[in-house]
Amino acid sequence: MWGDRGLRRVPLLRFDEEGLVDRGRIWLLELAHVVLAVPCMVFFVFIVVGWPTATVLAGLLLLYLAVPAAAQLGRLHRYLAGAALRQPVEVPDYKQSKLTGLAAVWSRPWTWLQDSRRWLDLAFMAFASTGGFVMSLVVVSLPAGVIAHVVLALVFRNPWWLLPISLEMALWWILTPVLSMVRAITTLAMYGNTLTAQLERRVAAVAESRAESIDHSAAEIRRIERDLHDGAQARIVSLGMNIGLAEQLLHRNPEAAAALLAEARQATTDALEDLRGVVRSIHPPVLADRGLTGAVEALAVQLALPVRLSADLPGPIPAPIETAVYFAIAEALANVVKHAGAQRAWVTLALREGRLRAEIGDDGVGGAVLGSGSGLAGVARRLRAFDGTLVIDSPAGGPTSVIVEVPCASS
Amino acid sequence: MRVVIAEDLALLRDGLIRLFEAHDFEVVTAVDNAQTLLQELETKDADIAVLDVRLPPSFTNEGLMAAVEIRRRRPSFPVLVLSQYVEQLYAKELLASGQGAIGYLLKDRITDVKAFVEAVQQVADGGTVLDPQVVSSILSRAQREAPLERLTEREREVLALMAQGRSNAAIAARLFVSEKAVGKHTNSIFTKLDLPLAADDNRRVLAVLAYLHAD
Repeated sequence: MWGDRGLRRVPLLRFDEEGLVDRGRIWLLELAHVVLAVPCMVFFVFIVVGWPTATVLAGLLLLYLAVPAAAQLGRLHRYLAGAALRQPVEVPDYKQSKLTGLAAVWSRPWTWLQDSRRWLDLAFMAFASTGGFVMSLVVVSLPAGVIAHVVLALVFRNPWWLLPISLEMALWWILTPVLSMVRAITTLAMYGNTLTAQLERRVAAVAESRAESIDHSAAEIRRIERDLHDGAQARIVSLGMNIGLAEQLLHRNPEAAAALLAEARQATTDALEDLRGVVRSIHPPVLADRGLTGAVEALAVQLALPVRLSADLPGPIPAPIETAVYFAIAEALANVVKHAGAQRAWVTLALREGRLRAEIGDDGVGGAVLGSGSGLAGVARRLRAFDGTLVIDSPAGGPTSVIVEVPCASS
Repeated sequence: MRVVIAEDLALLRDGLIRLFEAHDFEVVTAVDNAQTLLQELETKDADIAVLDVRLPPSFTNEGLMAAVEIRRRRPSFPVLVLSQYVEQLYAKELLASGQGAIGYLLKDRITDVKAFVEAVQQVADGGTVLDPQVVSSILSRAQREAPLERLTEREREVLALMAQGRSNAAIAARLFVSEKAVGKHTNSIFTKLDLPLAADDNRRVLAVLAYLHAD
């Protein structure tokens, strides 16, 4: 939508073609702002008049028209400002009224009244139709002044009229990016969308997910310790006891010794089986051998229903991400087998625009949800440590798809 | 019988050598990586190669790749692959050529020395020996697969034992039936899986393959 550089990067005092193209774009943007100032003003008045008269039907109607419209206008302005500044824009949700039916007619304005974001919309409508309007108007009208002076010079046949043109041009050249930038920054700042505010929210989210992943890895280590203690360790202890006994019995009772040794051999097999289980739960060997695609293929081969795998991964994936995504896919496929009653399933893996995306789909009964305490909820928590997301789309009657996305710079 | 071994852990390599020599096998060479094994096989004569799946340099599945490579150079040369864990996918890849003389076992199975030596013997004789864990994981999946659905419960048991490389006599002993009855079951399995008339050994391999490829 915007050029290579945002408003902050437009050089003020360099005169070149690129600068002219930038100013052309800005002029169009400000023209849009000038036009949009009209509905902003109208809705501002509607809301201001609507609230005191909300007790009668007319006021209520005004509010129902103007409040949602102001929200949309505010959203549009934020996106325009974000695009011009080349800065991501976040639009938080408004408070929702919980009542439905006829009661909602009254409860909705009541919710609006209590939502600070709605009042922010009103404040922004005021800004867009006053101060913001003036800023945009200056940018739009300075070239008009140039045209006016050329016309005056022609009409009065007096070249002195051309004198202010260079001044106007210079003013326009410098003021255009400055005013537009101030306006865009003001817009985003009013909505709490400055870079600082975004970073603050981001830091809060990272702190939370870091705490979660520390909790998670501590719990994992406890589980591994318990598995080893109750499994392999215990079996090796009993193995040692059996061999020790067999050693004593070797001469006195060779038959009993042989039986004990046979038991000991079985114990080694069981201990190894336990260890394999632990290893698989930490890092499946096939993942180390074959990478994500091969490991998912090995997973699919074992399932009781046909699974179609299509993978488009150009290079190796960083190991921690690979493991997290593998366990997500394993959990989703296990759910397909357990709950979906599906005939077929499919897995697609792709790496696009720095995001690793895995989709696990099936043609089963649908109705899957990300309930707390479910296996997938745990997986989603683990993915958050990598800024990853897990989304379930599962209408009743199917088909179900689980989409896992993780930012990932492929090496 | 002459054996070549590729196993990177010295402890296990020495154990294997001792085990083979105790059973009058000749260990031609025992190396710690797949590359040397392939070179040794060029010059030295052997009856069977025993490989670990994880070998240097990357410790992933060099052994498996080497097994496939050995078979590409010398089709139906007996190869026994050992591993700390088994994957159905790997079994499928090993058997993909459709020839017998392949073994794929968990290392745990070595502890049952008698059965292990028998398995080595069977692979060297052209048989197919799959680890019971691979077989049971296929079986649990095979319950609802089309061609295998036609088999009776008993026939499936026989097929599972066939996949583990057991002879008709051994299967008969295991299931407490006569060898003749086992012969009848195997013939019925071959018919139901539409396997062509051929040497019995080869059909056994094909039956196991049908088992693995059921998807």
